[in-house]
Amino acid sequence: MANLCEYNGKQLLAKAGINIPKGQIVTSLDEIDNAFRTIGSCVLKAQVPAGKRGKAGGIQRADNQGEAIEKAKTIFGMTIDGHEVTQILLEEIADIDTECYVAITNDTRTKGPILVFSSMGGMDVEEISEKEPTQMVFAPIPMGNTLSNDFVEDAIGHLSVVSKEVIRAIQRLFDVYRSNDAELVEINPLVITGNSEIIALDCKLILDDSSLYRQEHLQKEIAPEKQTPLEKRAAQSGLKYIELDGNVGVIANGAGLTMTTMDAITYFGGQPANFLEIGGEAYTRSKEALEILLQNPNIKSILVNFCGAFARTDVMTEGIVKAWKELKPDIPVFFSINGTGYLEARAMVREELHLEPYDLMDEAVIKAVEAAR
Amino acid sequence: MLKYGTSVIGGVNPRKAGQIHLGLPVFASACDAIKEVEFHTALFFVPPSACKQATIDACEAGARVIICLTEHIPVQDVMEMVAVARLHGTQIIGPNTAGMVTPGEAFAGIMPGFNDKVFQEGSIGVISRSGSLGTLVCLILTQSGFGQSAFYGIGGDPIIGTSTREALKYLNEDPKTRAVVICGEIGGSAEEEAADYATHINKPVVAFIAGKSSPEGKKMGHAGAIVSGNSGSYQAKLNSLEKKGIRVAEIPSQIPDLLGSYANLARA
Repeated sequence: MANLCEYNGKQLLAKAGINIPKGQIVTSLDEIDNAFRTIGSCVLKAQVPAGKRGKAGGIQRADNQGEAIEKAKTIFGMTIDGHEVTQILLEEIADIDTECYVAITNDTRTKGPILVFSSMGGMDVEEISEKEPTQMVFAPIPMGNTLSNDFVEDAIGHLSVVSKEVIRAIQRLFDVYRSNDAELVEINPLVITGNSEIIALDCKLILDDSSLYRQEHLQKEIAPEKQTPLEKRAAQSGLKYIELDGNVGVIANGAGLTMTTMDAITYFGGQPANFLEIGGEAYTRSKEALEILLQNPNIKSILVNFCGAFARTDVMTEGIVKAWKELKPDIPVFFSINGTGYLEARAMVREELHLEPYDLMDEAVIKAVEAAR
Repeated sequence: MLKYGTSVIGGVNPRKAGQIHLGLPVFASACDAIKEVEFHTALFFVPPSACKQATIDACEAGARVIICLTEHIPVQDVMEMVAVARLHGTQIIGPNTAGMVTPGEAFAGIMPGFNDKVFQEGSIGVISRSGSLGTLVCLILTQSGFGQSAFYGIGGDPIIGTSTREALKYLNEDPKTRAVVICGEIGGSAEEEAADYATHINKPVVAFIAGKSSPEGKKMGHAGAIVSGNSGSYQAKLNSLEKKGIRVAEIPSQIPDLLGSYANLARA
């Protein structure tokens, strides 16, 4: 998932004309002195793509240079939700009068964007919706290139905190959402200062993976995902691989069938060792898939479950069979093959590996679970 | 598709316009095609970056249905496609669908519709987000003597033109369909919405939701989680389906027995 860190997200807000606090990014303690001199009293904010940074101790205030260095020492090297802190944002302290919550995101129900607004910001959005559900406004936005003043006015104009400036900021936020192909842009809190200025004090921005090809300028700003080395390697081969705690290795095609295979392993008393999907356009990469799977030392048996629609089972099976003969792993393997190309695929398993593929998924699953015990 | 009896009247490819392919004419656009032939459905094997334009073309040509197989279309393009289709009264199925099958009649897309081990004519309507899981479920149904009236691949993308709920509505209106199997997945709120609708129909509905044993996967971030309320998790989906009287299979092979518990459904 393509997440941006707060700092990078805020740069996009600023570019669209939304005010952000004065801030400077530091990557080492040596840079703190200089940054503090520029900013003055400040908040130090760990730059990781995770929520609840404050609760984890990743956001702290400093009123003098010494304090800033001390606080930075504790924040650098912190791991928050699996992300190591390597960057800290020093940011000026805002004069907060009111805190609002605003987000624009994709709404599966209305099949378009939706505006989410609350005049109670600052805390977790879950908390807001629990404590003050009537304070949350959900307004499905008609899909277009811009968001009209009238639309925002109609949606939230009845709230006392909403001014022309707030409406303008939300229109600009929609520009950020559209021009960067975001799945979510969230400002929490959107601050109204004592001087009635609007400032985005935080920013959460998630980009749509399918749009990255046309958002090249953002690619280097995407925060690295939490991944194990094997998961990283799989991603480089265009495979979606997630390591789990179990010992039955899974190779299946399509996310739906892969999850179903894992469910069946669990149902029959086993534990899946991984999620590994080679369907769709990745169906020709079953050799890489097997190689990655075999690197997991916990695997006691392997279940290959193919149900070909677009993905031809003969092509996928050929990759597995070839890789199997090359790598000669000393692990029991069980095949269930159906759908497009299944006759050729089954024949290949019989002739090349001298194994009999199972007709039903359940049978193959039961055998693989037994073998892993 | 041609061999199976699907009525394909031609293709669209701006670079190959004027040629004949598989005995059928190739047009520069759907709008060009409609001047010479009549069609109801546009089936997209179109690259992701061209789908928005192709949708506008197909809608303007008057296509009633677009079946979009393409995976990895930018989500905001899909939203625009849905908006354009709404204006023209066109129904988009997908994107990222494996297609539709009406066994014994026709199929459109990349499901193994021609494979009679998987598909047999019958009275069960199957709705699936996933092509591979849909194939497995149809295979299991066929093996247990339940043929299908229709396979409805709605697509695996977060934003899709036809939701589970809408597909359920169409299958309810279909006289050949006597019961519906929903093959869902964790994430989103499609199954919950369909559950709410299922109480309005008089055909039995059973479901399987993939992902019970999956780790918490891709989240849409805070606002997304809020938009869909508490839905999305396996437990949430199970609860809302069962609350509406929909029986949920733990593994796909239980589906035939759940269907069999309804007396009016006969196996072949």
